[in-house]
Amino acid sequence: MELLVTIAKTVLYVAAVFGVTLLHVAYATYFERKVIGRMQGRIGPVEVGFRGLLQPFADMVKSLFKEDIIPAAADRTLFFLAPVIVVASVMTSLAVIPFFNNGAIANLNVGVLFIFAMASLAVYGIIVAGWSSNSKYSFFGSIRSAAQVISYEIAMGISLAGVFLMAGSVNLNDIVLAQREQPLGMFAVLQIVGFVVFVISAFAETNRTPFDLPEAETELVAGYLTEYSGFRYALFFLAEYISMYIMAALIALCYLGGWALPGFVTRALPFLEQVPGIIWFLIKVYAFMFFYFWVRATLPRYRFDQLMAIGWKILIPVSVVNIVITAFVKRWLM
Amino acid sequence: MLPEFFFGYFACAILGLAMLTVTRKNLVHSVLWMLLLFLHIACLYLFLNAEFLAVIQVIVYAGAILVLFLFLVMLLNLREEHEARRFVKAWQGRLAVCILLLTVIVISVYKAAVQPTGGYSITFINEMGHTKVLGTVLFNQYVLPFLMTALVLFVPMVAAIVLAMKERKR
Repeated sequence: MELLVTIAKTVLYVAAVFGVTLLHVAYATYFERKVIGRMQGRIGPVEVGFRGLLQPFADMVKSLFKEDIIPAAADRTLFFLAPVIVVASVMTSLAVIPFFNNGAIANLNVGVLFIFAMASLAVYGIIVAGWSSNSKYSFFGSIRSAAQVISYEIAMGISLAGVFLMAGSVNLNDIVLAQREQPLGMFAVLQIVGFVVFVISAFAETNRTPFDLPEAETELVAGYLTEYSGFRYALFFLAEYISMYIMAALIALCYLGGWALPGFVTRALPFLEQVPGIIWFLIKVYAFMFFYFWVRATLPRYRFDQLMAIGWKILIPVSVVNIVITAFVKRWLM
Repeated sequence: MLPEFFFGYFACAILGLAMLTVTRKNLVHSVLWMLLLFLHIACLYLFLNAEFLAVIQVIVYAGAILVLFLFLVMLLNLREEHEARRFVKAWQGRLAVCILLLTVIVISVYKAAVQPTGGYSITFINEMGHTKVLGTVLFNQYVLPFLMTALVLFVPMVAAIVLAMKERKR
């Protein structure tokens, strides 16, 4: 009986987290279009609903009712499976993110590594999508994307190792609690090198500008998405935005203090303890989401060889040096 | 009851998936079945409370090595199986290999220690956390084998780079 109650509670919590995330994703597209519109001297969506607030739903309805085109020479099973692999692996990562103290669906001891594992599974969806479409552009797009994601995963993992060393744990909840005890309240200051490397890798990992080479329109039409239409295209889109949220959440949790405020702030202003942790978490996540859109409106796209050179010749060596220095400092100075 | 049931499922699924992997005509399908196989192996590690190993299995084997397999299959554009000449035709050879492999497995099962020796008892590992114990043992007790493995992996990397450099000079 007790087991059933636990299962029912978990299922409800999972449904709530997924539902709320989907709503956030819908409005992230609105937020993005508004922000970029303002930055480019436009006003963004205004027609559907009050100030265009219903635009995401209009888009959703449109993409659901569009014709679902499957190329004649496609490998049908894999063509259907690819978006499912991407969305499923990205959504599973949501399970380990603590939105507030102990607020994760599953408080794993290897939380961060679990997110990496799921991210590396999402690569299969991309490769399979490109291969099964049986089209040159799709195939090149998927190969590019896979090469990019695999390369930047290394830099990302190594830069996070500095955080693991500082926190002495791989559990996301413990990492947040360890930051609160720091004199500066967050790892972003002491781990500034790892932080910068991680932020750059996060852009590459989610295929966002300036590293959105897999969908470089001028060269590859739409990369691995070329042959997809209707709701399958919408699923890839959904996965991209959820993975942006996950990267933003990882940055908030590992470098910006997560749902906690720095110890010295709560000691100076004790009433801030009353604010629920999820509010601080969301403020940090949305600050980073804004940064994503800001960069997209500002920077042009890199060339592919430049992208690989940045990843392998700068980010990976820098993050390795960062680990060594962090380890020495932790061992002898702290 | 429940653990046995799950172990039974994973054991059967691993065997079935391994069969699917080697019998598929299309190499990309074959690699994707292997991906599912690796995920099941990771789940078996989870049942042993080895969460770190499970995650590393997914990151390294499923996430890195298998993706390289997939790259290779695609770059060679092997859509259908090539009819390769069999290296050894005689069934006696295959049987001998199978028996040898079985012997190795039986010996290793027979030799396997149920209780870890030394200070690392199961309760101690559960208390410290699997990841921490693994790191401590690996970087203190087994630091020399670890470094030797790193060297072994470093040599082919240098070799690959040297080959690529020569190509560019021409």
